[in-house]
Amino acid sequence: MTEQFAVEVTDLTVAYGEKPVLWDVDVMVPKGTLMAIVGPNGAGKTTLIKAILGLTSAAAGQVLIYGQPYREQRRLVGYVPQRGSVDWDFPTSVLDVVMMGRYGELGWFRRPGRKEREQALVALEKVGMVDYADRQISQLSGGQQQRTFLARALVQDAQVYFMDEPFQGVDATTERAIVMLLKELREAGRTVIVVHHDLQTVPEYFDWVTLLNVRCIACGPVADVFTDENLRLTYGGRVAFLSRNGAQPATAATLDAGATATGTPLTALSQR
Amino acid sequence: MTSLQIEIQLIASVVAIACALPGVFLVLRQMAMMSDAISHTVLLGIVIMFFLVGSLESPLLIVGATIMGVITVSLVEVLNRTKLVKQDAAIALVFPALFSVAVILISRFARGVHLDVDAVLLGELAFAPFDRLAFFGLDLPRALVVMGIVLAINITFIVLFFKELKLATFDSGLAAALGFSPALIHYGLMASVSITAVGAFDAVGSILVVALMVTPAAAAYLLTNDLKRMLWLSAVIGVISALGGYWMARWLDANIAGSMASITGLVFLIIFLGAPERGIIAVALRRSRQRWDFAQSMLTIHLLQHEGKPEAERESRSDHLVEHLRWLPDHAEKVIRYAERKGMIRRQSGQLLLTDAGRTLARQAMVH
Amino acid sequence: MDLLGLLHDLFFDYTLRTVALGVGVLGIVSGALGSFAMLRRQSLLGDAISHAALPGVVLAFMLTGSKSPIVLLLGAAVAGLVSTLIMIGINRYTRIKEDSALGIILSVFFGFGLLLLTFLQRNPDARQAGLNKFLFGQAATLLVEDVLVMSAFGGLALLLMLLFWKEFKLLTFDRDFGASLGYPMTLIEILVTILLVIAIVIGLQAVGVVLMSAMVVAPAAAARQWTNRLSLMVALASLFGALAGVSGALISSTGAGLSTGPVIVLCASAIVIISLLLAPNRGLLWHWLARLQNRRRLQTEQVLSNLYLLASQHAEPTYPHAAAALQVMGAKPESVLQSLKALAAEGFVQQAQNSHWALTPTGTQRAEQLVRQRNGA
Repeated sequence: MTEQFAVEVTDLTVAYGEKPVLWDVDVMVPKGTLMAIVGPNGAGKTTLIKAILGLTSAAAGQVLIYGQPYREQRRLVGYVPQRGSVDWDFPTSVLDVVMMGRYGELGWFRRPGRKEREQALVALEKVGMVDYADRQISQLSGGQQQRTFLARALVQDAQVYFMDEPFQGVDATTERAIVMLLKELREAGRTVIVVHHDLQTVPEYFDWVTLLNVRCIACGPVADVFTDENLRLTYGGRVAFLSRNGAQPATAATLDAGATATGTPLTALSQR
Repeated sequence: MTSLQIEIQLIASVVAIACALPGVFLVLRQMAMMSDAISHTVLLGIVIMFFLVGSLESPLLIVGATIMGVITVSLVEVLNRTKLVKQDAAIALVFPALFSVAVILISRFARGVHLDVDAVLLGELAFAPFDRLAFFGLDLPRALVVMGIVLAINITFIVLFFKELKLATFDSGLAAALGFSPALIHYGLMASVSITAVGAFDAVGSILVVALMVTPAAAAYLLTNDLKRMLWLSAVIGVISALGGYWMARWLDANIAGSMASITGLVFLIIFLGAPERGIIAVALRRSRQRWDFAQSMLTIHLLQHEGKPEAERESRSDHLVEHLRWLPDHAEKVIRYAERKGMIRRQSGQLLLTDAGRTLARQAMVH
Repeated sequence: MDLLGLLHDLFFDYTLRTVALGVGVLGIVSGALGSFAMLRRQSLLGDAISHAALPGVVLAFMLTGSKSPIVLLLGAAVAGLVSTLIMIGINRYTRIKEDSALGIILSVFFGFGLLLLTFLQRNPDARQAGLNKFLFGQAATLLVEDVLVMSAFGGLALLLMLLFWKEFKLLTFDRDFGASLGYPMTLIEILVTILLVIAIVIGLQAVGVVLMSAMVVAPAAAARQWTNRLSLMVALASLFGALAGVSGALISSTGAGLSTGPVIVLCASAIVIISLLLAPNRGLLWHWLARLQNRRRLQTEQVLSNLYLLASQHAEPTYPHAAAALQVMGAKPESVLQSLKALAAEGFVQQAQNSHWALTPTGTQRAEQLVRQRNGA
């Protein structure tokens, strides 16, 4: 029964100090889904990914990938961290970075060789960066850096991908290219989970969405779950949202957050 | 206690406080290693001044040393700004070079002068009371006078510029926007560090200067969030370490400075382990408690959700928990006992029932 | 200072040769492993570990009663490693930042070493404790057996570095990614630190505590300016380290009062300064020259366009104008003549009688091209 889910997160709880950053988060992601994780700043989105990947210790919860504990399924998982998490002044080339994606397969001691080089070049071709293969990474633009990271993920040939804000600070062309790539991955039966900051583009880019604000407010297909109501619950009423079909905004719900929806819908605010 | 011993302890305390004050800002501004760098490069300042002035007694030596401290910081800044070298590398490049120049100058041109490089690094507190000075009619150890003046300068600096220091440390952008010059504050602080290093190392040497600047401040950082309290705490911790170190040195008949540095480490260790909230033990206990609290919440929520419903009897059996919450039997039993102890549930003929407190807890946790 | 004589001594003077070999090995190993420390923003770790090694040396002596270099080296290494683990611990489990942790380790360990040393000698005066050698090294008194030990441990460290090359690269560049691949990043971090400790500890004998931090960072900082490939950078750093070591040894052998340690550090610093200035692409001189060239080019283009503007008031585009007329237009009157000369050299203008200048036909073409570009190409 659990085999139909690519990723199953249950009861995930992470707390650094006294207050929890993630509380009792349950996320079930079916195979072949392109899912966004959205939520306000400090909602725990990056923490969620890091906790799933074991990069942060959790107070409770478990993660299953294709029905097995994550630790035994690392081969199936690819990770694209935030662009800012790395020092781009490091002396290395684009090709070299992409080849790092094969280090998992190589294991200890073996060096990357011609096969890895070719695989890397193929991945670079897919993201349109093959001409930059020998470029020093400090000379790349934001969009090019992101594409390099994506190529590195592609070369891992994973079944499940976790990406942290891949659209952050990239130009429009790169954004379109990345979306196409993600959709191709989905067509190929892979599952892609993306921390996303731009509410406006969620319905267009993603099939599923998880609304996160310390707790999981909702998780499911965009059509069912990406409602004004849920957004208000997630963002505490600080978002005035343009209804997709022009319907009137719902009456204000009483929330612990206390804020009520504004009367006139305007453009959705993106979260950065 | 003889007056000699009293004097030594007095000097040690004054040094400790004088070091702790700028040390707090070094720690907060993540420039702790500047203390190490400056306490080495002041030697070059002293040497150059010595060549210019010709005498080892001149107070201009301190001026030279202070200037060199500021130059050190500027050089690091210049290197950093080229973007070719990161800041920590810049520090690691600048101070050994300057120190090497000093060492070579001394051994080439100042042989036979009582400018021992060892003395710079190591100091000797035990001899301090023998070097005396007449100060306003009182016969005092020179180190005490010098450090007393340094302490006064440091206190004045911090009191006068407290607002600016605080702002520049935590939000230099805002400081600049408000018209304060973060650069001036920065260099002022470094000048303070230099004066303190120079004044102190005759008595205690540069290694102890680093120990007294960084370690008590770091320990205080684990104890408080308030800047003023951090300053007070560092001073107190510094004095305790210094005095403790002195007595240990006497007991072991060992080097005073080394002993004091070691005690700063010991005091730090104790605070590192035992500090409330931020100490290791407190953190570990809290993590553990959070795990149990979370499990307890899960249990009460589970019970609440089924309470009063037809399946309640089935769902609230402890063996059912194993299946439904996917807990191992041992773990489930421990959670149940934890919740019982906390008065959230009670057992009744094989069933688990919520108490009022338990119900409230579950409701709160669900809304959270 | 007779250079030939020096080189001769280098090969035939037993002492100098030994010293040069020793510091050469030191330079190679610290240059290579220091590259990783520098890239990981842990340049000052060298300083901290050097100081922290003291109690290890003293304890090793206290426990074994032996002053053999291997024993002391091992003692230093253990102390260095323990101090690093503590530093990692402080960093991970508290909000105290790395630089403070380094300062704590450095001063507390060193102070503790002082305590032990003076306690051991029943003499609380540290200055008599013979710390001189530890603080400043005694390269000049290196023996062959010292050099052998240095080479053995250094060689081992380099071998391990090559073996774990890609793991170290992963750790330094993107630790989280490496963890997601399943690599035990903490263990790898400990390994690279152990290697750094070895590099530092074998160097302590030669240059001493205070200066060792430079030997870890300077060759690497210099090498970074010349290349963008990690492998080349590490190789260059080794080369620069050896170069600094050997030249330092040579220079200090020529004069009295020049102890080897400081001279080596100054050689290394000189290499850094030269690299920062002259390296292509990153070097400061390069940038400065490039900027100068750019500015000159813009100025000449400005002058050419201005001349064209003036000339377009007349029937002929080649109507000569006084340089003075150009000087009141445009930004920099002083450089107008310079620009005119440069333009003449390119055949775009020619000088008419007394400081009047006119466009040539090619100059006119070029000016038109420039104007088109500026107006919206």
